[in-house]
Amino acid sequence: MPTLTTEFADVTGSEASMRRFLHGLPGVDQVGAEARAASLGTRSIKTTAKAHAIDLAISMVDLTTLEGQDTPGKVRALASKAVHPDPADPTCPQVAAVCVYPDMVAIAKETLGSSGINVAAVATAFPSGRAALDIKLADTRDAVEAGADEIDMVIDRGAFLSGRYLQVFEEIVAVREACTREDGTAAHLKVIFETGELQTLDNVRRVSWLAMLAGAHFIKTSTGKVQPAATLPVTLVMLQAVRDFRDSTAQMVGVKPAGGIRTSKDAIKYLVMVNEVAGPDWLDPDWFRFGASTLLNELLMQRTKLTTGRYSGPDYFTLD
Amino acid sequence: MTTDPTGTAPTGTAPTSTVFEYAPAPESRSILDLKASYGLFVDGEFVDGHGSSFKTINPATEEVLAEVAEADDADVDAAVRAARRAHTRVWSRMSGSERAKYLYRIARIIQERGRELAVLESLDNGKPIKESRDVDVPIVAAHFFYYAGWADKLEHSGYGTTPLGVAGQIIPWNFPLMMLAWKIAPALACGNTVVLKPAETTPLTALLFAEICQQADLPPGVVNIVTGAGGTGQALVSHPDVDKVAFTGSTDVGKAIARAVAGSTKRVTLELGGKAANIVFDDAPLDQAVEGIVDGIFFNQGHVCCAGSRLLVQESIAEELLAKLKTRMGTLRVGDPLDKNTDVGAINSAEQLQRIRELSQVGEDEGAGRWSPPCDLPERGFWFPPTLFTGVTQAHRIAREEIFGPVLSVLTFRTPSEAVEKANNTPYGLSAGVWTEKGSLILHMAGALRAGVVWANTFNKFDPTSPFGGYKESGQGREGGRHGLAAYLKGGDL
Repeated sequence: MPTLTTEFADVTGSEASMRRFLHGLPGVDQVGAEARAASLGTRSIKTTAKAHAIDLAISMVDLTTLEGQDTPGKVRALASKAVHPDPADPTCPQVAAVCVYPDMVAIAKETLGSSGINVAAVATAFPSGRAALDIKLADTRDAVEAGADEIDMVIDRGAFLSGRYLQVFEEIVAVREACTREDGTAAHLKVIFETGELQTLDNVRRVSWLAMLAGAHFIKTSTGKVQPAATLPVTLVMLQAVRDFRDSTAQMVGVKPAGGIRTSKDAIKYLVMVNEVAGPDWLDPDWFRFGASTLLNELLMQRTKLTTGRYSGPDYFTLD
Repeated sequence: MTTDPTGTAPTGTAPTSTVFEYAPAPESRSILDLKASYGLFVDGEFVDGHGSSFKTINPATEEVLAEVAEADDADVDAAVRAARRAHTRVWSRMSGSERAKYLYRIARIIQERGRELAVLESLDNGKPIKESRDVDVPIVAAHFFYYAGWADKLEHSGYGTTPLGVAGQIIPWNFPLMMLAWKIAPALACGNTVVLKPAETTPLTALLFAEICQQADLPPGVVNIVTGAGGTGQALVSHPDVDKVAFTGSTDVGKAIARAVAGSTKRVTLELGGKAANIVFDDAPLDQAVEGIVDGIFFNQGHVCCAGSRLLVQESIAEELLAKLKTRMGTLRVGDPLDKNTDVGAINSAEQLQRIRELSQVGEDEGAGRWSPPCDLPERGFWFPPTLFTGVTQAHRIAREEIFGPVLSVLTFRTPSEAVEKANNTPYGLSAGVWTEKGSLILHMAGALRAGVVWANTFNKFDPTSPFGGYKESGQGREGGRHGLAAYLKGGDL
């Protein structure tokens, strides 16, 4: 991102200046952050507000399958589900994207057709990120060429934890360049931190700024392969980071918690947090996503309960 | 949607980007069995008073909730005599472990009837239901559990095991149940009996507590509740058979009580006003500091004696911190106390609202910059928006006098020693807050600040195991923890 790199050239110019900048960010008091997240979790979202929140949450889902056992059949099923989450109700919104491994992008793309739903591909030696840079870049280009609209990359957590911040930064910049298509357009880049491995909230704030400076369109908590995955306190700190980043650069970056969000109640807690911490501008699938698989059916069950007044069993909703 | 500076937005299916409005989520009043009128609780029974009665209202709507008896001198005398009888014949002779059983039982009933207590507290006081439900009632139960544990271990208290006798206790309207618990739990654990007068504007939860005492089969006369205003309090304080006076409330009334008991053998503890400094250093965890400032002054509408009503912020970060604070204040939801999403409720009384308005006007007249977020206040009831004043100096009245409302005075400092000087430059000394990531600075500040409680990277945290009380005009004596036993045992004045 040319404008940003110029503006922050003195920050990103050397390992030392990068470290000074990241370590100069205000600290995060973990007890206080957890208390704030818990207190937002007590908001009571009922009736019309709940209906609005559930539809919004459905429209923000990145419906995900990232398994060694994935097959074209499984991906087609998932993609069909993405287009018609509730076949019985045409007013039900579509999800935002389908998230798969790079080799499944073409299949997903074909099934989704002109639905407007994006295909996101995990890349850069997902989930560990332990590969040489050129392999990560090839992985990315491969997914983009296959038609991916969005790339979910993982950072090198080893480099971050050993303090090689500039290396992590440069890798993100390189992957972002690899997202560019032949026609000059580019796939959007989500940067996965794997916060369960970074552990401290201070690290979460630092890595958020690092990724935003490197040009991430979205910052994402987790791969879903490491516990804990997304948590409310971690997402709180990331939402504060994107809010502060917009205050100082006028650029908006999206946030995607992924993994471990399973119930409608949980999803609504995240939306309340987005609303009150980052602000209502982020309440849009362009700026907030849920990386999830089982969450969708939970949302659909709650949605049906709200419209019909009755709970139905899981057999009334399709398996993906 | 805001402009997307990075180019085309990734999806074309953006739904309604409408504002996420929270639908009303009112807690139901149906759990309450609110009576039209209430008598006094004397000797285990509800009795009619000899005096007149007064109305208690819901400050959020000005609706009359109930008529309550106003205890006169004869009523107070009857209550004190009942307490004396219960002390002599039953309570002081009972073993500590037996007393503990009653306290544990009361604590459990408080938990079981927690929702009922929370709804009534919010109705009568005006505080948000999320505070009465998540803060007040749990702390009340915790206090009874904690002091129940002390009842059979008093020989380890350091203050002996001999109770004082009859305690006359007067509590304020800001935390009616919590202050009741802070007074009654240690008194009973130590073997004293009590006559308690709740505040005139918030008598109802004390009367519900009286029902809980009946439900727990507490022996008659151990707890007596006399409702009324200043006259009732005066009768209680000056009653010759009261051995101990415990008061929480304004410094003026506290001084009057100290004068009234001077020269007698009565023991006295006072928990009075405050003008706490909440001190934010330039290396503070800023987002959490903002939360702590908000908790410090807007919790319970600022009706908190230990409220962080003076924000002392280091000059180098003042602008950034204030910008964040104002954004955060814009998300506070002011309104119906019974709505589960309300953050700031109603001011407790017309009288208190008048005082907050007057002092805020003084702040403006003295040249401080007044700011409130845009917020729609209900037409009926007593309301005041969250407010901050910038450009305040030590010479301003709003930096010196306790406003007891949702009004924050913002001052700046340059060095730690200037922060200490300004923080201590007040007749009060109840609490203080320190925000910094530097542990050594926290320890230095905690030693230098003349305040009963110093919170580090947090604010307004209460726990029954921790003593609470003030320096200087903030009072004398401690409540809570082992120290809280001293006020109710003969050995406590040694």
